[in-house]
Amino acid sequence: MHQTLSPFRRAYDLGARALLYLSAALTCGLLLCLIGYICFRGIPGISWSFLTTAASVLRGTVGIFPAIVNTLYVIVVSLVVALPLGVGAAIYLTEYASNRRLVEIIEFATETLAGIPSIIYALVGNVIFCVSLRLEKTLIAGSLTLVIMVLPTIIRTTQESLKTVPQSYREGSLGLGSGKWHMIRTVVLPSSVDGIVTGCILAVGRIVGESAILMYTVSMSTGMQDFSTIENFMKSSGATLTVALYVYAKENAEFAVAFSIATILLALTVLINLAASLAGKKLKR
Amino acid sequence: MQVLFLVCGLIAVAFVLLITIYLIISGIPAIREVGLTEFLFGTTWAAGDGEFGILAMILTSVYGTAGAIVIGVPIGFFTAVFLAKVAPPKVAAVIRPMVNLLAGIPSVVYGLVGMIVLVPWIRVTFDLSAGDSLLAAIIVLAVMILPSIISVSETALQAVPKEYEEGSLALGATELETYFRISVPAAKSGIAAAVVLGIGRAIGEAMAIIMVAGNVANMPSIFSSVRFLTTGIAIEMNYAEVGSLQRNALYSIGLVLFLFIMLINVLLNVVLKREKED
Repeated sequence: MHQTLSPFRRAYDLGARALLYLSAALTCGLLLCLIGYICFRGIPGISWSFLTTAASVLRGTVGIFPAIVNTLYVIVVSLVVALPLGVGAAIYLTEYASNRRLVEIIEFATETLAGIPSIIYALVGNVIFCVSLRLEKTLIAGSLTLVIMVLPTIIRTTQESLKTVPQSYREGSLGLGSGKWHMIRTVVLPSSVDGIVTGCILAVGRIVGESAILMYTVSMSTGMQDFSTIENFMKSSGATLTVALYVYAKENAEFAVAFSIATILLALTVLINLAASLAGKKLKR
Repeated sequence: MQVLFLVCGLIAVAFVLLITIYLIISGIPAIREVGLTEFLFGTTWAAGDGEFGILAMILTSVYGTAGAIVIGVPIGFFTAVFLAKVAPPKVAAVIRPMVNLLAGIPSVVYGLVGMIVLVPWIRVTFDLSAGDSLLAAIIVLAVMILPSIISVSETALQAVPKEYEEGSLALGATELETYFRISVPAAKSGIAAAVVLGIGRAIGEAMAIIMVAGNVANMPSIFSSVRFLTTGIAIEMNYAEVGSLQRNALYSIGLVLFLFIMLINVLLNVVLKREKED
């Protein structure tokens, strides 16, 4: 058939095909170069003591253990607050809401939140939590700001998975005489747990990658924080991995350390993406 | 129980209201003190001398976003067509996670690589005294918006009914003619949504470009050191004292940026609604 094509059409076909392959190759090449370069500069600096100690000027060693702990702190605190709120909102939207208009308003609000850039969250989080609520620049203030940021992610993924629970499950449960809340707790939630897990993983990914919010609602100290008492726990304030990367690269000009942190962030991103796609696959089944 | 869940649902609404109200309340005083036209159309930002004009930042954000779209959209669009239509399933299954990974890389990592690789490269190639420039920011932004453009356009292209393409092929069109003249027009609102989403991401990005753009509030030109709306907030936020005019002016920049974002959100909603109707 191709012999009968006019030269122009054959050129169009060839040109278009070349463009498609070229663009895809460019995208992949870009990613591979990025990964290769970061690992090349970063891996030599990673050692056991780099991961498990704090930086010490006296001994002249660098370590990012405090940043790892701070990152875990914001992940746990944000999720503890955001998860019940997000799942609750999704339950309301799919199970209870009868007023179309209200559902539309809530969904519009969720979409709006998802579109707000993190520097705006940083600005508002700083005013609300650090200044108005007098939390100062602490990990708590940062975590609470992150809650607002990850809420849409959790609401949306939970909502999607609640929608996939077959209507007959609900009818069966209600038909056997259970109340609505009992039905949600024992039938609906257990069958949509994969979706909720996916939402959490995506939220963790966003928190790990976030920097602007944490830079302006938490201090940028790279020293080890004291979490020993509740009071200290509430007051602790220090850089997470992304913020530490920024501090080492932009303020201390210690690029080797920055690249090592970048390598670790890259590895975390790969892990989180893998986990999300595994959970997603389970969800589809 | 219902009331409890209703409260959870309303919290998202409350957050949006809270953010809007806080931004308006904190953003208005500085605008009033400086004067709206002076604030929006003043070309100098010099906090030390009490000059707060953000025209340079607005234009930088607009040009920077436009530049990122001009570079990022074609590459992203062609990659999406490749993934959705041309690529063998096994190849697509390898590339898709790579695109997701590109989306997940933290913005400071892009900033770091931009700062160490791209900025010196621009300085040497174009023989400048410093490589921190609008061009560097545009390239970093173009890479950062790629994944959202690819995945949203791909989803739209996948949703085009097979019959359309089969009809075109049966009439003697080649595969690529079919993809570009039948599938792409059929998916046009989804692709438009991808572009709008890319605009939103580019205009809101702060930490990656703060590391490559130089952050001097010049009027934008391709090789000069520039300050975006986002970096304009970020660069002074940790120094401006609470309650000072400088601090309040940062909130005003936030308000302007927020208005831009809301505009883009409305546009996105219109585009998506049209897609649903199609």
